[in-house]
Amino acid sequence: MTDAMPVGDRKPLAPPVDETGALGWVRKNLFSSWGNGITTVVLIAAVLWVASWFLEWALFTANFTAATGAECRGGGACWALIREKFRYIFFGSFPYEQHWRPLFAVITMLAMLVLSADRRMWNWRLLVIWGVGSFITFLLMFGQIHIPLSLILFVALVCGGIGLTLRSALAAPSERMAYYALVGIGAVGLVLRMVGALPAWSIAIAPLSYVETSLWGGLPVTLILATYGLAFAFPYGILLALGRRSNLPLIKGLCVGFIELIRGVPLISLLIMASVMLPLFLPSGTTIDKFLRAQVAVILFAGAYIAEVIRGGLQSLPKGQFEAADAMGLNYPQKTLLIILPQALRVVIPPLINTFIGFFKDTSLVLIIGIFDFLNTANQALVDPNWAGFPGEVYLFAAFVYFIFCFSMSRYSKYLEFELNKGTRR
Amino acid sequence: MLKFILSVIVGVWAFAATQVMAGPVLDAVKARGQLLCGVNAGLVGFMHADSQGVWRGLSIDMCRATAAALFGDANKVKYIPLEPLKRFPALESGEVDLLASNSTVTLGRDGGVDFAGIYYYDGQGFMVPRKLGKRVVSDLNGATVCVQPGTTTEANVADYFRLNKMTFKAVLLDTLDDLRAAFFAGRCDVLTADLSNLYATRAAYAPNPSDYSILPRTITKEPLGLAVRHGDNQFADIVRWSLYAMIEAEEYGITSRNVDDALKSENPTLKRILGVTPGMGKALGVDEKWAYNIVKQVGNYGEVFDRNLGPSTVLKIPRGLNGPWRDGGMLYAPPIR
Repeated sequence: MTDAMPVGDRKPLAPPVDETGALGWVRKNLFSSWGNGITTVVLIAAVLWVASWFLEWALFTANFTAATGAECRGGGACWALIREKFRYIFFGSFPYEQHWRPLFAVITMLAMLVLSADRRMWNWRLLVIWGVGSFITFLLMFGQIHIPLSLILFVALVCGGIGLTLRSALAAPSERMAYYALVGIGAVGLVLRMVGALPAWSIAIAPLSYVETSLWGGLPVTLILATYGLAFAFPYGILLALGRRSNLPLIKGLCVGFIELIRGVPLISLLIMASVMLPLFLPSGTTIDKFLRAQVAVILFAGAYIAEVIRGGLQSLPKGQFEAADAMGLNYPQKTLLIILPQALRVVIPPLINTFIGFFKDTSLVLIIGIFDFLNTANQALVDPNWAGFPGEVYLFAAFVYFIFCFSMSRYSKYLEFELNKGTRR
Repeated sequence: MLKFILSVIVGVWAFAATQVMAGPVLDAVKARGQLLCGVNAGLVGFMHADSQGVWRGLSIDMCRATAAALFGDANKVKYIPLEPLKRFPALESGEVDLLASNSTVTLGRDGGVDFAGIYYYDGQGFMVPRKLGKRVVSDLNGATVCVQPGTTTEANVADYFRLNKMTFKAVLLDTLDDLRAAFFAGRCDVLTADLSNLYATRAAYAPNPSDYSILPRTITKEPLGLAVRHGDNQFADIVRWSLYAMIEAEEYGITSRNVDDALKSENPTLKRILGVTPGMGKALGVDEKWAYNIVKQVGNYGEVFDRNLGPSTVLKIPRGLNGPWRDGGMLYAPPIR
């Protein structure tokens, strides 16, 4: 036993070369058996074949510079079409020389979304971001905004009311007085406005020329419909979900009825109702903006779906959570906002983002009522007689843009799950 | 109960409808200072938004002509894109003043709205690959025809072939894209649709447009008309005579380029049309310069046709039925006098 090594000097042998590193990985995962090896080779060949064909079409024989569709014909992809049409696809019929307005509106909205994706902003800052962001967006899109007195009074009433419900137990007397004052001013002012004691006064902010919604088109329309559709549908869906679990039969009945009604019909039928039927019932001369009608239809529809997703989260919470909150003496809003919803919403992030992504794409259905969202302006680009006949290029481009948005949402959902589940992870 | 609900709905509908018909359209249009024109979302040559987002096409120019007659400015139009399903309800509810959405004039439709002139004579026709050597419709006996199932197009083909004791084999495909792809891939001998549609398809989708010919014969009548709401005859007259003015202008050789010279003409007919001799504008209830403005800003019918559909465009649609009556076409405007 002279050649025996002391225990401490024994070195573990390195694994064989073909089982480590890239080579080892390939061997283990791609060529572990004859069957797997053949599959790998065949699939690689197929991928290469498709990729070479695609690159040949999309890159090597593609035409980037043609002046008309006729010059483009016969070769590979006609990206010159996108070059010619991209402004129309992105901004639709918005006055051509003012395209900087929708451009900055889109940038503002994206900034707003990115900022509110950060958890550190989830407090009063969120309200500021959305208030300022929305104001800038709509000022750019409309060019002129008129804020009527009644809206200001209504906002005062709502703010005071929310403050009173949520902070009645916690607020200092001075803070409570402020809420009472807001409610008082709002309520009295609105009554006075209704009986006509206050004038129909409004703040006019009009730095740019007015552009009506029927001229809006392209990406801003898709973003506005999706962003504001979901931003309003989310709280609305929460209310519906809570209402559906209410003990009060009337509220419960209304919520169940609404959700089932909306879920029972396709979004298209709701949009057509809003755009075709509604004007027939209104007296002539009174028209509600078509864009607004579509926006409301999207909000109602998304609200019902979000409500059901959130109800799933609410039902997953053990009863002990509700009882513990009651035992601590919290009132209903406090219990819901501080104990129930944070847990319930965390559970439903994946299905919620799934719904969001679905609705982002569903907004393209507004094309059936003649609103020019991003997909519809892409469609329109195909109708130009000088450029007709290249649907593949245009739809690939549109798909690419949609993919960027949907993929970002899906990655964000992943990040959010990670962040919010830190407490439960071991 | 159902009956009750239905009767309430019908009642409300009828009420809404009568409300709509009460107000004269013309006053509303003038007060607004803008014509609301309902169009299709996109149809090659007839209506589409160009790269700058400006609407162009034959139907668009019809709206522009009416605006030129009404306001002296062809640009005072707002275009409202409508889906086929929606266009007549939109007209009846007052969302648009005028429909130029390539709607066929039929008796059934005339009940709900009024048609103020026919601006394009279309009809269902056939496109075949040139190499098959088929020149007239009767050569098509036994051919395979690509057609959408359940459409009037399919019914028309079936009726026509049965009436003429011919046979055909239908290749049924659900979407227009599939239909085109199948035809250009040679899966069928014949593609059938409205002529204007066939020309557009050939221009935009054929690998080599000159390999395909469109047979001259049509098997249906599809007159495309300008539709207005019931109840305002004066507005309907303005729409109708704006179209007639374009047709008359072509007949008398007035174009957007020579219209200023034509003002000095001694021809009494031209003087009446262009408002040098007053009276016609008053009769119609518009400015005396109405026809001048139409021709100057929009052009005569021939110019408009050539610009949007004619030989200089990719569509290359021959005038055919849409030529002046002297050339064997259907364009025959009553005299402006």
